[in-house]
Amino acid sequence: MSQENSIQHGRATFRPSGKLQFGVFFQGVNSGTIWKTPEAGSQTDFESFRRIAQTAERGLFAAFFLGEGLRLREHLGRPHALDVAGRPDAQTMLAALASVTRNIGLVATQNTTYNDPADLAHRLASLDLLSGGRAAWNVVTTDNAWTGANFRRGGYLDHADRYVHAEAFVQTAKRIWDSWEDGAVSSSVGAESWATPAHARSVRHEGQHYTVDVTPRLPRSAQYRPVLFQAGDSPEGRDFAARQADVIFSAHPKFEAAVAFREDIAARTVAAGRGANDVQIFPASEFILAATDEEAREKKEWVRSLQIGPQQAIAYLEQFWGRELSSFDPDGPLPDIDPVVETTSETRGSGFHGAKARELAEQWRAEASENGWSIRQFVSSRTARIDSTFTGSYSSVADTLAEYARVGAVDGFNISPWIIPSGLDDIVNHLVPELQERGVYPTEYVGSTLRENLGLATPERSPELVPEAAGSVR
Amino acid sequence: MTHSSNAGFLALELDGDGAHPAAWRKARHTPDALLNGERIRSTVVAAESAGFHAATFADGPVTEGRDVAGRLNALQRAAFAGPVAGSIALVPEVDTVYTEPFHAATQLASLDYVSGGRGGWLVKASGDAREAAAVGRSVAAEDALAHEAAASVEVGRRLWDSWEDGAVIRDVPTGRYLDVDKLHYADFETPAGFPGEAYSVKGPSIIPRPLQGQLPVLAPAQLVSVNGSLLPSAVDAVLVSAPTAELLAAEAAEVRANLAAVGGGPAGIVPVGGGPAVIAELDVVLDSRGQSAAARLAELEAFTAWESPRARFVGTAAELADFLAELLAVVDGVRIHPAVLDVELEELAQLVLPELRRRGLLQPAASGGTFRELLGLERPENRYATALLDTTIGEPA
Repeated sequence: MSQENSIQHGRATFRPSGKLQFGVFFQGVNSGTIWKTPEAGSQTDFESFRRIAQTAERGLFAAFFLGEGLRLREHLGRPHALDVAGRPDAQTMLAALASVTRNIGLVATQNTTYNDPADLAHRLASLDLLSGGRAAWNVVTTDNAWTGANFRRGGYLDHADRYVHAEAFVQTAKRIWDSWEDGAVSSSVGAESWATPAHARSVRHEGQHYTVDVTPRLPRSAQYRPVLFQAGDSPEGRDFAARQADVIFSAHPKFEAAVAFREDIAARTVAAGRGANDVQIFPASEFILAATDEEAREKKEWVRSLQIGPQQAIAYLEQFWGRELSSFDPDGPLPDIDPVVETTSETRGSGFHGAKARELAEQWRAEASENGWSIRQFVSSRTARIDSTFTGSYSSVADTLAEYARVGAVDGFNISPWIIPSGLDDIVNHLVPELQERGVYPTEYVGSTLRENLGLATPERSPELVPEAAGSVR
Repeated sequence: MTHSSNAGFLALELDGDGAHPAAWRKARHTPDALLNGERIRSTVVAAESAGFHAATFADGPVTEGRDVAGRLNALQRAAFAGPVAGSIALVPEVDTVYTEPFHAATQLASLDYVSGGRGGWLVKASGDAREAAAVGRSVAAEDALAHEAAASVEVGRRLWDSWEDGAVIRDVPTGRYLDVDKLHYADFETPAGFPGEAYSVKGPSIIPRPLQGQLPVLAPAQLVSVNGSLLPSAVDAVLVSAPTAELLAAEAAEVRANLAAVGGGPAGIVPVGGGPAVIAELDVVLDSRGQSAAARLAELEAFTAWESPRARFVGTAAELADFLAELLAVVDGVRIHPAVLDVELEELAQLVLPELRRRGLLQPAASGGTFRELLGLERPENRYATALLDTTIGEPA
């Protein structure tokens, strides 16, 4: 992303593709999706998911992405009432969507702590075969005991161990996916046996946190194995992605930050022994578009007012203060009383976990009073996704995105629609054609699998599973 | 449950290429065309077109040897079929011993959403050492299986009720999307003396109450008993097997009487609203394309012996129609396990189901109806909506 459009990293060089792709993140939780308007549809009806997925496919999106939260978010000890909540299991929904879509990738967020490796790998492989090679796994490492209360083992993993555990888990999953020989299943009706003898190697792992001994029961898919996404942003998370992932669902969509993130990931990927282009980057993003810049700005004001209403503004502060603040005026200054907690709780989702409450309160009061902001204005500024929102006319936003493509700041954007189910219509009807005119967006699906459509290389078999080393895994 | 009507229902097991282990050799496609979405689509559509009321999907490890060595996850096959089918109920087998009850409950609830209220749960309690080893657990003892099943079913039922109907209120004036008074902790704990590893599940669910309120729960009759851990009241239907076809009707009647006894009615008479539906399990081999069922079976057996715990019917379509007509007088439904899915389904569709319909023995396939409606079950009350016990989460606002 220097002048020559490339970064030198010793033996590996990052080369921009000059193209962008889109994914869509159907969130189903949090304040980003508005519901206080009659056009806001169901968060659970299959029809909402079908509309979004098929609209995305009409717009040649690479991927349809679902999150995961294995405990309903709470606020001061009760379920959080103000935002959309209650969503289907990711893989179950994606399996259903596989039957009504043909090309779009199907990405399931699934955690490595409250799943069993053999079971999760089998379910992902099933989704991959059902969809003709379009499945992906967004690997997350949720480890808190609060979520663990819904599971047999309860919380058992130290936060510090989460990536060590996750990496062993992912490696085991890859071994399971790699365990069948290519072409193991017969293509002849008169075959002597259904699959070649000894077509599958059993996979064994004995680790600190789990033990696996399984003969995998699925062959490789049209894309060999599911594509791996990863979203962790800590240094360990980035290194984990650089070693294991195909795509990073990043938190850095703003141009300068995206360029810096790309450089960092390219360096880490090369250090991990992979090519600088081997890990793609799709930041989280939101698009508020209209025919003109002015209309888009007005639309943005409206969207924001519905995302953060007066109750949400107070509730936002309450989760950091750890106490009820309903007596404070949302249009008045920040509370002058102090938080009653040391650190913020994980019960509102991973994004809020562990901040130092009093320090934050102090900083925020200063920031608000400096800018003359009310509670509502302050919270809007915090939650407005300033960094991840592209606002403007179709053509001006297309110009902005073309610059990302030119320098290779990202490989694409994972778009969260702010309204369901119509939230992609503007993007597909207006932005995509503008991007295609600029030559930075696909004009067709190049293949039938997600791996092909992302331009990812066919994965190499896990080294311990190449035939000459097979003895080590029996 | 309405047992007064003579009209019954038919379920078809859609696993692999059929129930016979050598079925793949007689399938009308190559082995490498089995494990994909198109196969699910074509078999579910064919079963629905034939007039079957329910499709079931077996799960678990596959046999070793020269036969089919692969199997897609059952719940995902059912979910894939959700948007494909319009009236057939979709009932995956989901294990209760080595799976996470929370995952099973939320995945099944999700199946109900993607199928428009046609999901069901065929409870499995695996005593298979391979399934234990896959997740690093020790194999459950035979007498622990019903306890595991009962615990998982209870977790599922509590989680499905943990959101009351109408919990999503979208109340703009107060800014509340949810009415949190309508959400409840499940607070399940395995009972004292639970033979497996004790566990607890907090809840609430991560998805609102299923479209059907509660998905119908089906279980093998041997897991269910009036003085066991999985009670008749915990399930909506039981699956009955017998060593031979001749013994099947008598066995089904006996199971019905035994399970109904808890309802207080005299044996053999099901009290109003009591007793799970009874579904007979039947392996089926039919004449096809000028070849007798017996000859077809012999061909299959020459490849691999069929060891099945179920009664087996081998004969013509007309004989099967007569047999099913007698059986449906005693049971609520029959689940057919076709020896070779492609072959048996063709004969069932062309000859057997039309004849049973002609005799008025089959319920009409209700397009858009739920699986509960098929079973004659009302949409259930929510246990938390009516409970005196305060399970509301936290202090009322």
